[in-house]
Amino acid sequence: MKILVAVKRVIDYNVKVRVKPDQSDVDLANVKMALNPFCEIAVEEAVRLKEAGTADEVVVVSIGPKAVQEQLRTALALGADRAIQVETDDMPDSLSVAKILKGVVEKEGPDMVILGKQSIDSDNNQTGQMLGALTGMPQGTFASKVEVGDGFINVTREVDGGLQTVKLNLPAIVTTDLRLNEPRYASLPNIMKAKRKPLETISTDDLGVEVKRSVKLLKVETPAERSAGVKVADVDELVEKLKNEAKVL
Amino acid sequence: MSILVVAEHDNNAVDPATLKTLAAAQKIGGDIHVLVAGMGCSTVAENVAKAEGVSKVLLADNAVYEHQLAENVGALVAELGKGYSHVLAPATTTGKNFMPRVAALLDVAQVSDIISVESDDTFKRPIYAGNAIATVQSEDAIKVITVRATAFDAVAAEGGSGNVESIDNAIDNDKSEFVGEQLAESERPDLTAAEIVISGGRGMQNGENFKLLEDIADKLGAAVGASRAAVDAGFVPNDMQVGQTGKIVAPQLYIAVGISGAIQHLAGMKDSKIIVAINKDEEAPIFQVADYGLVADLFEVLPELEQKL
Repeated sequence: MKILVAVKRVIDYNVKVRVKPDQSDVDLANVKMALNPFCEIAVEEAVRLKEAGTADEVVVVSIGPKAVQEQLRTALALGADRAIQVETDDMPDSLSVAKILKGVVEKEGPDMVILGKQSIDSDNNQTGQMLGALTGMPQGTFASKVEVGDGFINVTREVDGGLQTVKLNLPAIVTTDLRLNEPRYASLPNIMKAKRKPLETISTDDLGVEVKRSVKLLKVETPAERSAGVKVADVDELVEKLKNEAKVL
Repeated sequence: MSILVVAEHDNNAVDPATLKTLAAAQKIGGDIHVLVAGMGCSTVAENVAKAEGVSKVLLADNAVYEHQLAENVGALVAELGKGYSHVLAPATTTGKNFMPRVAALLDVAQVSDIISVESDDTFKRPIYAGNAIATVQSEDAIKVITVRATAFDAVAAEGGSGNVESIDNAIDNDKSEFVGEQLAESERPDLTAAEIVISGGRGMQNGENFKLLEDIADKLGAAVGASRAAVDAGFVPNDMQVGQTGKIVAPQLYIAVGISGAIQHLAGMKDSKIIVAINKDEEAPIFQVADYGLVADLFEVLPELEQKL
């Protein structure tokens, strides 16, 4: 089967973001960028399915300016076969991203699309589900286990009360949770090899999708700071303070 | 304006997150209808109809909705949603699962995980693991929104007088089916609704040591949570995880034991009223947000704490 994996370039998860002084957005100038951690898990899962002989081709796609090619090369170094960059300078919202991905799905005809459950910048948790609705595909969101059957997959999902398993007819969409797998590191030879793997650039016009944004960002603020409190010497003092000062016991 | 709130329930009882979502709906203002979709869920509908501010409950009681799978529940909500200015659901795993499908079917954007209502089209929501708060304005005709339950106070569960109306839109689902579930059984309060939460991290060293936290939790009527490190190490199941990618809690008292306080964890608990940190590393970032910090070995301190409560 053919697997399409969507990946996003985001601020590195270890970076503490700063809000711009004019409160227009967070400051991404000169900040370390990386592959969104959930997308990395998506790539790893696709590559494992290929190594298991279940998948025969893994195609990665990312949407954005030329800089996203860096993350596509990372995905190729992790084992994807070829990459597609959908060039756009705009910041498409989740719905536009889902429409663009629908265009790529129609072009590529994958049996499975794997995405991360959310990107750690916008924290939306929307794109996979929207792509499901637009393509009519079933979805296995927040996946911690994927088992491939004949014409279907069983997906174990992380839900609030525990775990739930659903059976989805292929083609289907999977969004990854953190416990699906542990992504590998790209070795130097694989990074070198990834430079020669095919990377195609297409435009949103090629796909006939208009990028829009119907939710306007009015302001970005730093959340109310919590200040450090006091250190207590022992358990007695802690219990005393919780009872008498904080009055939470 | 009229608002459709999709109730979260297990076919027997309504989830408290629904009452909090109703509070957000009241802040937007307008006629509030609630959809209860499931199987054998008429009691849920009758109870939701009594909640403050609800004028009508739409009951879609049908076998096709038994497990509330996103494929057909999403289609049902989108079909009904066309008649409303706002469609809201709690940002639980169920709401997060079907609501973006609703938005895409209605060809509108979704505003995820709102923490405040500024006006009928403007909302605040956390981004970058809660390290920035965005104010966003939706220009869509129908606003599809998920609500962070911990940011709103629940409406009264009694006192309302909505009507229950059965609807017979049965949308078949031939693409996905429910296979099974493994739900964690617990006598303790639900993590997201508990007044007190005590959480353990990598410092707990193994799953057996969580017993030390459970003993204290039982004395305090608290829920037990965990950091991602503790879940990934296999100490406890994933539904106990507090953080950006786990559950968001905001109890009166949060006790973090053996948790360093990574950005990802803080995203899930820093709106707690009082935070207590117990950690032997006095440089641990958790102490920067803790109201009371105790630098000590948790294995010495926890039994003592249990005894003194």
